[in-house]
Amino acid sequence: MLSIKNLHAKVEDREILRGLDLEVKAGEIHAIMGPNGSGKSTLAYILAGREGYAVTNGSVTYLGKDLLAMPPEERAREGLFLAFQYPVEIPGVNNVYLLKAAYNAIRKHRGEEELDAVDFLALVRTRMQLMEMDAGMLSRAVNEGFSGGEKKRNEILQMLVLEPKLALLDETDSGLDIDALKVVAKGINKLRSPERAILMITHYQRLLDYIEPDFVHVLAGGRILKSGDRKLALELERRGYDWVLAEAAA
Amino acid sequence: MNAMSTAIRPYAEGFKSLEPALTRSAPAWLTALRREAFARFANRGFPGEREEDWKYTSTRPLEKRGFAPSLTASGAMDADVIEPVFLREMPVHTLIFINGRHTPALGTDGPDIAGLHITSLAKALQQATDKLQAYFAPVSAWSDDPFTALNTAFLQDGVIIEIDDGMRLEQPLQLIFLSTKQAQPGACHPRILVRLGRHAHATLLETYHGLEEAANLTNGYTQIHLGENAQLEHLRVQRESAEDFHVSRVRVAQQQGSRYVSHTLNLGGLWVRTDLSTRLEAPEAEAVFNGLYWTDQGRHVDNHTRIDHLAPGTRSDELYRGIIGGHSRAVFNGKVVVAKHAVKTDAAQINNNLLLSRQAEIDTKPELEIYADDVKCSHGASIGQLDEQALFYLRSRGLDPETARSLLIGAFAHAVLDRIATPELQAFARRQLAAVMQPS
Repeated sequence: MLSIKNLHAKVEDREILRGLDLEVKAGEIHAIMGPNGSGKSTLAYILAGREGYAVTNGSVTYLGKDLLAMPPEERAREGLFLAFQYPVEIPGVNNVYLLKAAYNAIRKHRGEEELDAVDFLALVRTRMQLMEMDAGMLSRAVNEGFSGGEKKRNEILQMLVLEPKLALLDETDSGLDIDALKVVAKGINKLRSPERAILMITHYQRLLDYIEPDFVHVLAGGRILKSGDRKLALELERRGYDWVLAEAAA
Repeated sequence: MNAMSTAIRPYAEGFKSLEPALTRSAPAWLTALRREAFARFANRGFPGEREEDWKYTSTRPLEKRGFAPSLTASGAMDADVIEPVFLREMPVHTLIFINGRHTPALGTDGPDIAGLHITSLAKALQQATDKLQAYFAPVSAWSDDPFTALNTAFLQDGVIIEIDDGMRLEQPLQLIFLSTKQAQPGACHPRILVRLGRHAHATLLETYHGLEEAANLTNGYTQIHLGENAQLEHLRVQRESAEDFHVSRVRVAQQQGSRYVSHTLNLGGLWVRTDLSTRLEAPEAEAVFNGLYWTDQGRHVDNHTRIDHLAPGTRSDELYRGIIGGHSRAVFNGKVVVAKHAVKTDAAQINNNLLLSRQAEIDTKPELEIYADDVKCSHGASIGQLDEQALFYLRSRGLDPETARSLLIGAFAHAVLDRIATPELQAFARRQLAAVMQPS
């Protein structure tokens, strides 16, 4: 589904990614862990198409297409979704309005009929129940005045409504208390299916207690230094990252 | 001849040619007032950029046009022309003016409702009663404004709206001013005189619309008096053609406990200057000024507002927002004055601006003058650009860049329109904004 080969990227002349390789197949859940400043969020933003990053080498293929050649909205319409680490507050833009516009933009792209307001609202309501969100959130402005936990739930709500093929979760667990983490994890697990892939970027292994990954990767210095399974995350939790860095340097 | 007199000459010629008609069978006071007004204008000339109130707006583009007086519209006008600006969201009483002249054929000639008195100013000028004289302040009271002087000298039409004590007018009154293409660009000087009695409630809508290729000057003057506890919601939508010039003066005087709510939408015109002011003359009077200016291409829109708190316990709340694109220029100057005895004044003013291009310019100047103790006053201004993070967030959800941009711009603008209390009027205002932002 997603094939990243030898990816190099710069931000303002600073090289952040230095030859990153990653293969993600449908049905798989990958976790990318790593120390601060290792390039985790940069990777998420580059995959989602944010401006300000210069890809100097390498390629990203998504569903057989050159992902980097697509504008952000086309990536979204092709089924890629980024749950932001810091969801943006947009005063004056209604939450449900954005959801519906996004949903219909994707359907239109697929050549499907746009859903009418009543059916759409019914769909959103079921997803909100799952995320244990208050119906009043729909009529509020996007993320405006939301608590950290509400913002993260709102991201997962959007994801559940838009049903992406490839979900990128950028530190979705950060800033969540344990109850909120469980709800968010429930939402992510709901999306799990043989047709979809999930790429989780996380600092801590505690998210992985609730969402079991098939693969765990250590990203440091702009490259994947080590890959393993669930056990690697536990080992990282116990031993930190230094041993991986030392092993790679050796 | 020097430059100043070159600018004045077309008006002098216009005044000379119109004077016999204007003064025929007119009472002496009116003729004297016109002559004094024109002399005042000719003597003073157009304002220069060295004048504080005109620092950021040059009248040169207006001077160069040398507008002749507009002629009375001739020939039939299709009723469709008012459709875009007609308040169709709710039942309304409508009066239509073409190039400044009341045109009864297109709208109702004023509804027949007890307690509401609508008089064509053209008719009132012919009859020129003493009652009319009471509406005209002496020239000396104009604070030296050349556009008020011009309006008075050339005054031919407009409307007098009087609402009796206790009268609650259910339907809004809509005045539609159409600027149409003339053989040569013309100036018109409509005047609107509004008086609400004690406890009277009304909604007034002024709409200025320009048809294609219209390139006129509308120099309007609106004078409003609110009696004790009277309430007026006043929506002004100014969306003339891209070649039209527009000047407005709105002067309000408020008695005890009255409430004046103004919504000014500047959505069109090449060169626009609006001065809105109110005097909170008695305790507990309240004014709300909302404004939205949207400029593109090379347009120029200047809003000057002034609120005088002259009595204790008066309140004002002002929110003006601007969306400035292309190589256009917008000016906002908001002055709040709290007089010495106006204790317990509560005044808030905010001006926010969204610059959409590098060539666009905004000059904003909030001014607060406080001469009283024990008051609560705040003001602030901001200038920003579209939030790149928000744009990316929306695009990452599948919205194309144009949709994302217009969604963000709309959200910025709707914060002002949301303050229109009547839902139908709010819908109307949104439709007006949408029409200029996304021309079909």
